[in-house]
Amino acid sequence: MHVSLALLLTAGVLIACGIYLVLERTLSRIVLGFVLAGNGVNLLFIVAAGPIGSPPFEGSGDPESMTDPLPFAMVLTAIVISLGITAFGMALAYRAWQLFGHDEVPDDVEDRRVLRRRRRRSEDAERLPWSQALSEEARRGAIAHSQGLGTGEDEDPLGSDLTSAEDVPQDATEADEGDADSLREAMRRRREHRRGDAAALRHEIRDRTSDEEDI
Amino acid sequence: MELLLALPVMLPLLGAAITLLLRHHTRLQLGLAVVTLVAIFTIALLLAWHVTQHGVLVLQIGNWTPQLGIVLVADRLTALMLTVSSFVTLAVLVYSSAQSVSENVERTPVAIYHPTYLTLVAGVSMAFLAGDLFNLYVGFEVLLASSYVLLTLGGSASRVRAATTYVIVSVLSSVIFLSAIAAVYAAAGTVNMAELAVRLDGLEPGTRMILELMLLVAFAIKAAIFPLSAWLPDSYPTAPAPVTAVFAGLLTKVGIYAILRLETLLFPFSQISNLLLAAAGLSLFIGILGAVAQTDLKRVLSFTLVSHMGYMLFGIGMVTQLGMAATIYYVAHHITVQSTLFLAAGLIEHRGGTTDLIKLGGLQKLAPLIAVLFFIPAMNLAGIPPFSGFIGKVGLIEAGIAYDRTSGWILIAVSVLTSLLTLYAIAKIWNRAFWQEPSEEIIARDVPTPRVMTGATTAMIAFSLALTVFAGPLMTYADEAAHSVLQRTPYVGAVLGDEAAGDLRYRIDDQGQRVDNGITQLDGAAQEVGG
Repeated sequence: MHVSLALLLTAGVLIACGIYLVLERTLSRIVLGFVLAGNGVNLLFIVAAGPIGSPPFEGSGDPESMTDPLPFAMVLTAIVISLGITAFGMALAYRAWQLFGHDEVPDDVEDRRVLRRRRRRSEDAERLPWSQALSEEARRGAIAHSQGLGTGEDEDPLGSDLTSAEDVPQDATEADEGDADSLREAMRRRREHRRGDAAALRHEIRDRTSDEEDI
Repeated sequence: MELLLALPVMLPLLGAAITLLLRHHTRLQLGLAVVTLVAIFTIALLLAWHVTQHGVLVLQIGNWTPQLGIVLVADRLTALMLTVSSFVTLAVLVYSSAQSVSENVERTPVAIYHPTYLTLVAGVSMAFLAGDLFNLYVGFEVLLASSYVLLTLGGSASRVRAATTYVIVSVLSSVIFLSAIAAVYAAAGTVNMAELAVRLDGLEPGTRMILELMLLVAFAIKAAIFPLSAWLPDSYPTAPAPVTAVFAGLLTKVGIYAILRLETLLFPFSQISNLLLAAAGLSLFIGILGAVAQTDLKRVLSFTLVSHMGYMLFGIGMVTQLGMAATIYYVAHHITVQSTLFLAAGLIEHRGGTTDLIKLGGLQKLAPLIAVLFFIPAMNLAGIPPFSGFIGKVGLIEAGIAYDRTSGWILIAVSVLTSLLTLYAIAKIWNRAFWQEPSEEIIARDVPTPRVMTGATTAMIAFSLALTVFAGPLMTYADEAAHSVLQRTPYVGAVLGDEAAGDLRYRIDDQGQRVDNGITQLDGAAQEVGG
């Protein structure tokens, strides 16, 4: 089988760059990495299509000299799919940015728990060297500490890290954001929009206010 | 009759489109979704009946030749998977409908829930029915894309966090799968599975192995097999209970189904069966250790899910008919029981307000019905006789004894140990959530449990009990399915014609020996590994 070296090399470079980006910590770069890697893989399909031939139109020539059209059909499908997934990935990154102010991928919850437990055990012993801390943020904190910009001795560097899943409020949604007034404002607008649901909304507002009282 | 094959994919997609248009009418949406799933369940039963009577069904879409066009194939295995999955999705949908009368209603945007759910069902059916690798990939993508949306319903902080890892890992596995398809096409010139079965037999062992490993990694990420399973316990527990139930029950099983096809149809008796067994053992043991260490109900269940994937891989790794049959039965059992457990966890969360085992307590007195609904599937999962989990595990262990190799004996020991540790993890949940002294908060929080939720959970339990009661006929069915899967000729013959099926080089006989052109190689696996 003839293989185009140029195509193969391009695919290799694209995939390598893609993998490099996927290893980054922010979601938007990871999404870009997948776009690159996906394009590289699509080129692999074109390599798999074999040598270059004439356009595969019915009756336009000798079928033997035509390019194999099947891989191109697959590439088209793959492109459409990756378009959708990329859009979702970007939306997810944007939502993370809205909620946390950054779109860093969180550490594994178990890893953090193990680290925390070890810290608790060695509380009286010396602090962990910075290379053993897990997260980028903790590392930054440790560097700042070593340069005398540090936070208080008893402050947990993990506490400042928003990527810890435990710091995140459980299941607060967009509706929970903002103060109660704006929420009621939104409710009123929705009520005008749909009068039929008035009872349900009143129930909802009662729930909200009782939630606030709990807090 | 063949046209029925398209319906499990077409109907939910059509339903998704219509429910999306009806986004302001929640009740209508729900009704339509339920009707669609009931229709699919009926079709799956019909298909199962037809397949047992008349053999493998094939639909060539647009009458293209199988090597070029899209083919949908249903054999016994597919029909069983479709039946179980459509029942589970139906029960979970009914369960989730009650959440609109519970307090969680404002937190989930119901408008997109039903369309996405139906798309997920379409993706799952497509993956089961796909007759070619690329269509399998598209099925995977459809179900994954819907799972991304379902996992981030509401876009809350914890869900966005959990989904980030999940999306990255899933997309990575898709990229690996896609490049594997490109490699397969370059090597064999087709992506149709039946044609591949014929052509891959003639390839060099090295090339075969690379192709197989690439596909295996892609599928194993989806099935959450041990070294590739770290994403699962972090991403599943934050989703709403019904969504987690469907994910836990179905998505990983689609991966296992793909591995089963890979190891039997495409690469029969490959060189890597020891690798599969090792992965199975590690999944079993490390997964269950994770479950024992957890203090959150949903996380414990997620880790037992990772662990029990090992049982199914154990059966696949042995490649004997007994092992395959036990695996097929176990898959059906596990889809049901794991989904039921997550539904029960949803009930507990509804009553107790949390799934944290330290905060829960006293539910046995406060909510005896929930206690029963949790107890039965939990015992089933742990493999206490007479439930289906016990039957499946006994089948696997019997197959392991018949297999009679060192790896088989080690795996038997690990699976017995895992079963015990599962019981321990379950007992821990039971002690904490049901027997522990309840806090004031839980006693004060007297929320009525909607009948629909308990009803749907009861229906799932009834289904799992039916798997126990009809274990005899089902095992026979699974045995026939395993036989036809290992023979390969029924599948290939139905898609390409009997002539092509004659070109198959390898098949596996009842004793799990590899047959090469009709010559039985004694201890074929050992020779393969040595060579």
